[in-house]
Amino acid sequence: MSHGDVEVAALTPPIVARSSATSALGAAALALERDLLLAFRHPSQLVQPLAFFAMVTLLFPLALSPEPARLREVAPGVLWTAALLASLLALEFLFRDDAHDGTLEQYALSGQSLTTLLFAKIAAHWVLTGVPLTLMAPLAALSLGASPSALPGIFAAVLIGSVTLSLIGSIGAALTLGIKRSGALLSLLTLPLALPVLIFGARATQLAMSGGPVVAPLELLGALAVLGTTLAPLAAAAAVRISLE
Amino acid sequence: MPEGPLEVEDLSVWRGERHVLRGIGFSVAGGQGLKLTGPNGAGKTTLLRSIAGLTYAEQGQVRWRGVDVRRDLRAFHASSAYLGHEPPLKPDLTARENLRYWVGNRRRVASRELGAALQRVGVETCAEQPVRTLSAGQRRRVALAGLTLLALPLWLLDEPTTHLDMDGQQLVGQLIAEQLARGGIALAALHHPLPGTLSAVPTLELAA
Amino acid sequence: MAWTWFHRLASPPYVYGVAGRLSPWFAWPAVLLILGGLYGGLVLAPPDYQQGDGFRIIYVHAPSAWMSLMVYTTMAGAAAIGLVWRMKVAHAAAAACAPIGASFTFAALVTGALWGEPMWGTYWQWDPRLTSELILFFLYLGYMGLRAGIEDPQRADRASALLAVVGVINVPIIHYSVTWWNSLHQAPSVMRLGKPSISLTMLLPLLAMLLGFTLLFIALLLVRLRAEVLLRERSSSWTREALLT
Repeated sequence: MSHGDVEVAALTPPIVARSSATSALGAAALALERDLLLAFRHPSQLVQPLAFFAMVTLLFPLALSPEPARLREVAPGVLWTAALLASLLALEFLFRDDAHDGTLEQYALSGQSLTTLLFAKIAAHWVLTGVPLTLMAPLAALSLGASPSALPGIFAAVLIGSVTLSLIGSIGAALTLGIKRSGALLSLLTLPLALPVLIFGARATQLAMSGGPVVAPLELLGALAVLGTTLAPLAAAAAVRISLE
Repeated sequence: MPEGPLEVEDLSVWRGERHVLRGIGFSVAGGQGLKLTGPNGAGKTTLLRSIAGLTYAEQGQVRWRGVDVRRDLRAFHASSAYLGHEPPLKPDLTARENLRYWVGNRRRVASRELGAALQRVGVETCAEQPVRTLSAGQRRRVALAGLTLLALPLWLLDEPTTHLDMDGQQLVGQLIAEQLARGGIALAALHHPLPGTLSAVPTLELAA
Repeated sequence: MAWTWFHRLASPPYVYGVAGRLSPWFAWPAVLLILGGLYGGLVLAPPDYQQGDGFRIIYVHAPSAWMSLMVYTTMAGAAAIGLVWRMKVAHAAAAACAPIGASFTFAALVTGALWGEPMWGTYWQWDPRLTSELILFFLYLGYMGLRAGIEDPQRADRASALLAVVGVINVPIIHYSVTWWNSLHQAPSVMRLGKPSISLTMLLPLLAMLLGFTLLFIALLLVRLRAEVLLRERSSSWTREALLT
């Protein structure tokens, strides 16, 4: 046997004292860090939804016409439809691997709040998909004929709206865990719930481009984000538990 | 100090129309182990999962320290470790990183402690490699290192010796013996007999 | 004592028996009310001074639209009960609601489109009511899709129940946002109900139809519930006895 007695003594720690337990915040921070680290080991997964977003934006000038006035008119709708679809595409990665390798199971059994841990996962997902989308949306808007003065409004709208999209999407992603070929079902579950974000987001973009006051739709987007933050992680946690049963 | 006890009373689980477990009952005190045996499909995994609170039992009760675990599932989880068929490891993280996140989620763990645990299970040479490149047996060993690091009173182990060589199976026996020696409890679903020192551990045979 | 009715309600054989005895008590009044309402609406009521005979489709459209929402709420209520108290019969009731609700929603959409043709000169107008109705239809489809997608019946029950609860929280938000969106883009809808000036001969048949559709839903639900309970309990001994006697 290669295991010396000294090692054995060091390696059978007494049953853990409560004082050394990780706090809820510490566990959430660790979960967030882990997801970011994993994502950076696979950068292609990050780039794909972004490339998709750019591609969809490109489709419209080709399908409609390159005429600036016409593009400017449809730009808000194009932008938000593309953003919605891109965020939907990224949702598949949210829980799938963790469900597959037993991480979600360990989270559910960790004695930590599953809601908090999933909130951390959703936050990581937003950092990895929502933030890049937010940075890219103003560029896409420019290409569709928005004036530079419209960009702050568009940036704010996508920033707030993408938070809600990640939150709502987490519910659908958790509900479809364990279903093979769940892509179409995931869209069917998520899109109707995401429509308010599309409506308020497109309106904010439209107002920003026409120089109107964007505050009202931004406030509505903010209200949705607050509501989503409170309820979506709870629902996602319940859905994850159901998938583990 | 002995932990527990874990008491299971009249536990029944249905899966759809099938009765997977019917009226299971036993009691394990601190320092004791229990071996679950039975043919495939006898419900060993289901029993472990329903004790852990993952699978819902329509009937019966699981008590930890005399309290129904459903009354405070999180408190019960804070003192129990469940290890399923597959080691809960991320292929893209190294063994050391995996343990850092898995164990760190529950308790603060020093880097030196991680290294020692990996050495103990005999995977120190590949501790910095992505788990993807490890063999199934090595992964199992990494998971065992995590299990000891969690340092929890109750172990629920589903086939802990899968993919392990003779030496590895010895190691599992040794770890369980240590868990019992410090007053902990271990429940393990096993196909293989446990090594020598643990032959006294009682067995619960589940019928198909 | 107070809980005994609740426990009896959870017992499949009891529910099977009671549902069978109750359903005729709802079915016959429903038939009479609907026949009476149709006669009143299609024959007795005077033509509308603006819409002529075209308005008469309201006697099918309005009750269908009303039921589409009511069935969804009932479904979510039953689902929540099943989720909280793990009551199998409640899950069966929720599952029984979905196809009925989807049918009413579909009827509301079709009659809405038929009404639209003489009113707007087109079968489809993005009217807020019709748009909301269409989204509701997708919510029903998502619910049924999720049920069908999960193989394990218990997990299917619980996951779809969670979706129904999430959906019912979202229905008002979606409806509000669609109304808000509509108010920006076009004039108020032609389909207004409950005008104070509506004459009694027009109103009474409508009320009869509303009540008749509600009773029809309850009767259909009881019949479907029996089938659903029977299907779920097909291996237990009481079903054999129930079917042989």
